[in-house]
Amino acid sequence: MKKRQVYFDNASTTPLHPRVLRAMMPYFTRDYGNPSNLYEIGRDAKKAIAVALEQISTALHCHPDEFIFTGSATEADNLAIAGAVRAHKSEGNQIIISALEHKGIMAVAEALEKKGFEVIKLPVGQDGLVNPEEVKKNLNDKTIIVSITMADSETGTLQPISEISSLIKSFRKDKPLPYFHTDASQATAYAEINVEKLGIDLLTLSAHKLRGPKGIGGLYIRHGGKLEPIIYGGGQQGKLRSGTENVPAIVGFGEAVELNEEYKKKGSARVKKLRDALQKGIFKSVPKVVLNGHPTKRLPNFLNISILDVEGESLLLELDERGIMINTGSACNSESLEPSYVLMALGNPYEFIHGSVRFTLGAETTRSEVNYVLKYLPAIVERLRKISPLNLSLDEKKTMSDPRAFIGGQTPHFLRKKIKK
Amino acid sequence: MKPDIINQNIGGSWAYSAEVRNHFFSPQNLLWENPSEADYDAEGMVGSPACGDVMRVWLKIDPKRDTITDFKWRTFGCASAIAATSMLSVMVTEKQGMKIDEALTITPQDIIARLDGLPDRKIHCSVLGDKALRAAINHWFKKTDQLSRIIVDGKKLIDPNTKVTEADIEEAVLEGALTLEAVQKRTKVGIGYPQCLPVVEELIRFYKEKYFG
Repeated sequence: MKKRQVYFDNASTTPLHPRVLRAMMPYFTRDYGNPSNLYEIGRDAKKAIAVALEQISTALHCHPDEFIFTGSATEADNLAIAGAVRAHKSEGNQIIISALEHKGIMAVAEALEKKGFEVIKLPVGQDGLVNPEEVKKNLNDKTIIVSITMADSETGTLQPISEISSLIKSFRKDKPLPYFHTDASQATAYAEINVEKLGIDLLTLSAHKLRGPKGIGGLYIRHGGKLEPIIYGGGQQGKLRSGTENVPAIVGFGEAVELNEEYKKKGSARVKKLRDALQKGIFKSVPKVVLNGHPTKRLPNFLNISILDVEGESLLLELDERGIMINTGSACNSESLEPSYVLMALGNPYEFIHGSVRFTLGAETTRSEVNYVLKYLPAIVERLRKISPLNLSLDEKKTMSDPRAFIGGQTPHFLRKKIKK
Repeated sequence: MKPDIINQNIGGSWAYSAEVRNHFFSPQNLLWENPSEADYDAEGMVGSPACGDVMRVWLKIDPKRDTITDFKWRTFGCASAIAATSMLSVMVTEKQGMKIDEALTITPQDIIARLDGLPDRKIHCSVLGDKALRAAINHWFKKTDQLSRIIVDGKKLIDPNTKVTEADIEEAVLEGALTLEAVQKRTKVGIGYPQCLPVVEELIRFYKEKYFG
């Protein structure tokens, strides 16, 4: 018998929807034209892009020429930050981001910091929220761009974007700067992305989190926003993103956004019910569990918890044996061997982060899959706790706040590296 | 030598060997029930929950034969850490147990070899096993008044001429000496005692991996 596969990692990626695939198929073989060409199949490809732009701009409530396609959400993030900074470097030198940003923002901001730009990383509260007052406090006439994720990809906590945008608007009066950017890659599936209501200048989208294809993302750029390209070439997409447009992926992206807009309202309610059942079930059947992120202001498909005394990667492997796919913020599961910086920014002790598990539900998740997890998880945790020599207490959250309070005086490898730098 | 740029999609394997998976899913010599003090002769613990790895080891020792006859353990950590402790317990207890002096010579590399290798970035996980074992053996030495046999962690001598220890190599790597030449320049290790150089190179590789990824 084939092993049952239960997918609880929709924040990593989602399965392509058949309707999206159907829309894409002709553009691989039959309608293979390059949209830059004037003859018929070229014109058809161009039309296909126009349709996708229509679908996406309808969802964003913007004009179709306010959106450009990129190879990923990471590229869109890079274009927003580096593009704004390069276009306006004579007017300022400051970038404000939050501590919860995706690497696509974090890494480009850090690279610019090395080039002499000032980067302010706003702290977040234990509930994962950016305090709008903190943004306001740090704004000055040198600020080029503020970038706050709509919802981070680990806890799915929803940030007060419209509140922050009104603060920024009243700060800049009729000047164009600072721009306000948000990465909505994770949030789009379930949250409002009306750019007018949000009052946003730049917004990153990703297709593969919405049952669209991988390898395509995009950036909303409000009329009048000035960015410098980060990719140069034949001048496609208003010279902002050179390179032949990935027509099948763009068509799929448009279709996925449209599909998602139809799905969003009912889907949110459905997925929230399932997520709440999963959360309640775990807290009832597994002792010593902590919720990470905001208890209510969070995407309806996210559940991030820390299970004390067990290590995330071990748990991931055990669940994988049962066909259950999840993610963890544990150091052991990352390329860098560092625990999740997002969970650290929430003020969690390392001990808790190593045992963090992220369940992210999707449109395909069923009640029976939730029950399947609830059936196996408690026994798996119990077994790993028997292997573990630890017995942490929930109250230790306060006393362990000093990351250097270690038994045996051994500083963790990920800290030593930093100290020596 | 590793190239500077590794294509992740074709580079070193992410996946664990069958042996690692076996030891992870069916750990050997795991201590399931809490022991009372009289059940074991010595115990040792290393690591910290903050680092993500903790190993605790309980030993039974036959003083007449100076041999470890039983090795029980518990580990908090990733699959490779759990598998490495399990494998270490097998290595120490197979063939009627291991002489203490022999057990003290087990290196992380020995454990990794028995596990048919570990993914590159997981190598640091297995290092705690031998340290936990050494901590437990030291506990035994203390209990039985064999103080001269106690090995202070990190004081393991690599080069008897220059008195360079493991900790000195670690320190040199942390200071940025990442090649044998650089470490030799700093510590003079092995200049009059070239037999130790393979071990030194192994340690440099290990600490480089550990601290600089």
